[in-house]
Amino acid sequence: MSLIFDIKKYSINDGPGIRLTVFFKGCPLNCIWCHNPEGISPKKEKMHNRNKCIKCKSCVGHCPNSALAMEYDEIITDANLCVGCGQCTEACPTGALEISGAELSVDYIMKEIKKESFVFDQSEGGVTFCGGEPLMHRSLLMELLDKCGELRIHRAVDTSLYATESLVREIAQNCELILADMKHMDPAMHKKYTGESNELILSNIRMLANEGFTFTPRIPLIEGINADEQNITAAARFLASLPGFEERTVELLPYHNVAKGKHEKLYTNYNPDNIPMDKPSPETIARCIAIFDSYGIEATSR
Amino acid sequence: MTERISRLRKLSVETEPTLSIERALIETEFYKENWGKYPIPVLRSLNFMEICKKKTIYIGDDELIVGERGPKPKAVPTFPELTCHSVEDLEVLNSRELQRYTISREDIETYAKEVIPFWEGKTQRERIFSHVPDEWRAAYEAGLFTEFMEQRAPGHTALDGKIYQMGMLDFRHQIEQEIAKLDFLNDPEATDRQEQLTAMAISCDAVIMFAERHARLAEEMALEVEAEIKKLNAGEGFQNKSDENLNGKISGDISSESQDQSKLKQRVAELRKIAEVCRWVPANAPRTFHEALQMYWFVHLGTITELNGWDAMNPGHLDQHLAPFYEKEVEAGTLNRDEAKELLSCLWIKVNNHPAPPKVGITARESGTYNDFTNINIGGVRADGSDGVSEVSYIILEVVEELHILQPGSSIHISSRTPERFLKAGCTVISKGYGYPSIFNADAYIQELTRQGKSLKDAREGGCSGCIEVGAFGKEAYLLTGYLNVPKILEITLNNGVDPSTGKQVGLKIQPDSEKARVVSDSEKAGFTKDSETAGPAEWKSFEELYSAFVAQINYITDLKIRVSNYIDRMFAKYAPATFLSVVIDDCIKKGRDYYNGGPRYNTNYIQCTGLGTVTDSLAAIKWHVFDKRNFTMERLMKAVNSNFAADEILWHTIVNKTPFFGNDNDYADSIAVRVYEDLYSAIEGKPNTKGECFHLNMLSTTCHVYFGKVTGATPNGRRAGAAISDGTSPSQGADTHGPTAVIRSLGKLDQLKSGGTLLNLRFLPSLVKTESDIAKLASLVRSYFTLNGHHVQFNIVDTATLRDAQQRPAEYRDLLVRMAGYSDYFNDMNRDLQEEIISRTENGAI
Repeated sequence: MSLIFDIKKYSINDGPGIRLTVFFKGCPLNCIWCHNPEGISPKKEKMHNRNKCIKCKSCVGHCPNSALAMEYDEIITDANLCVGCGQCTEACPTGALEISGAELSVDYIMKEIKKESFVFDQSEGGVTFCGGEPLMHRSLLMELLDKCGELRIHRAVDTSLYATESLVREIAQNCELILADMKHMDPAMHKKYTGESNELILSNIRMLANEGFTFTPRIPLIEGINADEQNITAAARFLASLPGFEERTVELLPYHNVAKGKHEKLYTNYNPDNIPMDKPSPETIARCIAIFDSYGIEATSR
Repeated sequence: MTERISRLRKLSVETEPTLSIERALIETEFYKENWGKYPIPVLRSLNFMEICKKKTIYIGDDELIVGERGPKPKAVPTFPELTCHSVEDLEVLNSRELQRYTISREDIETYAKEVIPFWEGKTQRERIFSHVPDEWRAAYEAGLFTEFMEQRAPGHTALDGKIYQMGMLDFRHQIEQEIAKLDFLNDPEATDRQEQLTAMAISCDAVIMFAERHARLAEEMALEVEAEIKKLNAGEGFQNKSDENLNGKISGDISSESQDQSKLKQRVAELRKIAEVCRWVPANAPRTFHEALQMYWFVHLGTITELNGWDAMNPGHLDQHLAPFYEKEVEAGTLNRDEAKELLSCLWIKVNNHPAPPKVGITARESGTYNDFTNINIGGVRADGSDGVSEVSYIILEVVEELHILQPGSSIHISSRTPERFLKAGCTVISKGYGYPSIFNADAYIQELTRQGKSLKDAREGGCSGCIEVGAFGKEAYLLTGYLNVPKILEITLNNGVDPSTGKQVGLKIQPDSEKARVVSDSEKAGFTKDSETAGPAEWKSFEELYSAFVAQINYITDLKIRVSNYIDRMFAKYAPATFLSVVIDDCIKKGRDYYNGGPRYNTNYIQCTGLGTVTDSLAAIKWHVFDKRNFTMERLMKAVNSNFAADEILWHTIVNKTPFFGNDNDYADSIAVRVYEDLYSAIEGKPNTKGECFHLNMLSTTCHVYFGKVTGATPNGRRAGAAISDGTSPSQGADTHGPTAVIRSLGKLDQLKSGGTLLNLRFLPSLVKTESDIAKLASLVRSYFTLNGHHVQFNIVDTATLRDAQQRPAEYRDLLVRMAGYSDYFNDMNRDLQEEIISRTENGAI
């Protein structure tokens, strides 16, 4: 069963116009900088916002499996006993406890999308499916793409492209735009930071270009990881080798340290190996843009 | 910005507001001498004439557009015929920290000796308060509503284009024709008409004379400057000789000398020009761009000198009025774009030189600002339905951005015909974070106005003045009569008519029965001392019972308010006619009736409802937790509310975090908002006013939601006692958590076309409008709202960190302008409550 962990409105950075973004839960990669760590596991996860918690213990008494307890002035969950039923979140008066991931029906999601269609019309926007990795949820994704297509709503899919070529092709055939993430050009580095190598991803990008699909390459720009001249030059060279490169604009997405709070809520550790990661400076961003420019590729950054 | 404008701006911004007693002295002297000698309208116009004749005329250095209401910039007169400030009032004004108006000890003493004794017992305010019934007073003092006209005259007036086609002599000629036509044989009102028309003719003469005094002063000043030049020439002659001796070694000095001289010569030419312009307008219709601006300014000054109308005065669609002058002159080569911009900037500074007249007592708390709500309309449509945007519209946007001063406010008016680039140009100015321009939906308000019975042409020439209220410019008296505190009405409903803060019965006592709440009959109606049995909220068996009781209270309070409003309307018609304003509003001349007495073509009274978000969320909380989910009982809820939630924090958290609130595109809450809106509409719409027309609803709060919050206890939506209620039709502060598109969808469910204006505040983080593409998206968000018949939206582009920092270090943020509700204000001029209200609004951001 596919899970959705968020639906965001007035999304203005994931495709043209004003968009509604649907977040699928579950991802084959495990990037250390991931902005949405709750999107990595395909299972429901309990999130606990300690800032909101007033330690009223309403949740403790409501857990049918006695998975919750108050210890050392902290609400803790025994992961072995918790089945993610969500009764504790119902009982929590402050919303400090949340279950990330919900089995939303196609009808429900389509209703949310239709509510926003008046904004899509005015802004030439649409829906963006992202995650997590939406391609991990082929059946739900395809159904939503079909329904949106029937309504002539612009569809974008934001993907790691870590998927089989045939699946990528099928999705590309059923949307107007692929937002294609390129995290690192060096296979070893890619594996080090995301858990998997980049060969499949790059070959999918090549396929998209060769077969004439519309896609926007996107690079999460992280000082210390991939913002160096060598990597950006490699990316530019690679993109410049693809047919139709001059019509494509590369989007550089400067890294922000926002995931830390989410890891705390998930009881997971952010960047456990303390790999140095930083927000790129304006100079770094300008340098990267200049590199792409030297290869005849337009690059933009927020 | 030219150097001239930069100097004028600095002077305007840095001058502290002062109180001037000049007007009061002239008026008191005049009334002592003349009271009883003339019919009231004639007396009023002669009083106006007297002020125009005797007041100090001011022409400042650098000025091109001239005229001040007071003796100098930011000197504000008083209007003792309406409200006479006491010595204590003056002392408070002189010493309070915010919205201070300084006045000298000597002036206070003169006021105490010359002005106060004469007006005691004779002011409009005293007349009004001697009439009001006890029930009204009890409700008023409880803060259930405010009354606009208790110390300021009815205003909110905007002009159409007639003053650019006709001068005061033309109006006078029309007036004389109407007098000649009077039929004393058959028309029982002929005498009244004659008096009114005579007074209007005198008012025309008064303004012409006022302008002539400016012309004379300008000429005198020109002569003085010429004398100075002569003196300099004499000096230069001397220097020239020494120059020969020194072989040109001081030639640098000489060139700066002659530079000074050429500046002085330029000023002589400007002063002569001013004299020429003031001699031509307002007597005659303007011929040039410069004359058109000066024409408007004299009319503006005349109106705000005659009376202190709430909302100063408004040129309406200024760009449309000026475009023909601009285009003609640019083509003829007599004006270029920069000159036009400089002249417009001069007008902007003039408006900024005029802070609102200070109020006294409770009203001062209702609205704490220097802003006098001149809201200049840009764009929109023309009378024939075509697009109203011209080059002048873009120049005005540049002026707004460059000057970014408190007054005047500005708004862009968007119709389906408005070019996208104009909307984007407006959004670009908004993204700078000055809180303006606000944005109006011209297609929507044209429908609002035609629904109210205006002709299509008159509706198109209309727009929004003040904050968000609609009117047919130049043809309508649309009087805002006061705010209605809707959350307070719910509070007294929950306490069966009793104001819990005082224990006084201020509303109805209602007895519930099993079917639906029944209003106790009139004879049983709560007396103010009578202590009959009351039914507590615990006895309501269903949400519907409670809701019916709430509607009964709305109707009761609204009727109380309307009754007194109608009385006040007649007081102004009888004792304080606006004989000058009547000249420029159709069809006062034709009807021979005053602006306050049904003279205009259209006559509307508005009641402004506040706190829709607060009341919707409160009702949603009761319905959801008490009746639907049965999470807690009414007793428990009321106990928590009565203790300001101190007794039950868990309940507070549950309400705040687990209730469907308005502004999230959630039908559960939104349907309650629609219902409340419809019931407010039914309570107000169509109730007769004194001019054969009626009351309409509109939804705005200015700063009154803060005052109303102060007088309202905790509400069931989790709002703590004393905190601001929600403003206009905006969601409650912090309740909208699904982004701006969800907010506008929620607002779109209200049938806004039935109102006379709604107000939506959105706060965006600066990161949301960083790039050109972001601004284009903001523009399409606006268009999206307008496809749902949204009336108005305004944006604050500022983050909480900046606002907090501004609180800590006010000196560094002196020019931080933020959007309040319907106008912009300096953040540092707001009291702490207003500041906190702005900060508590939901921040819409993106990563």
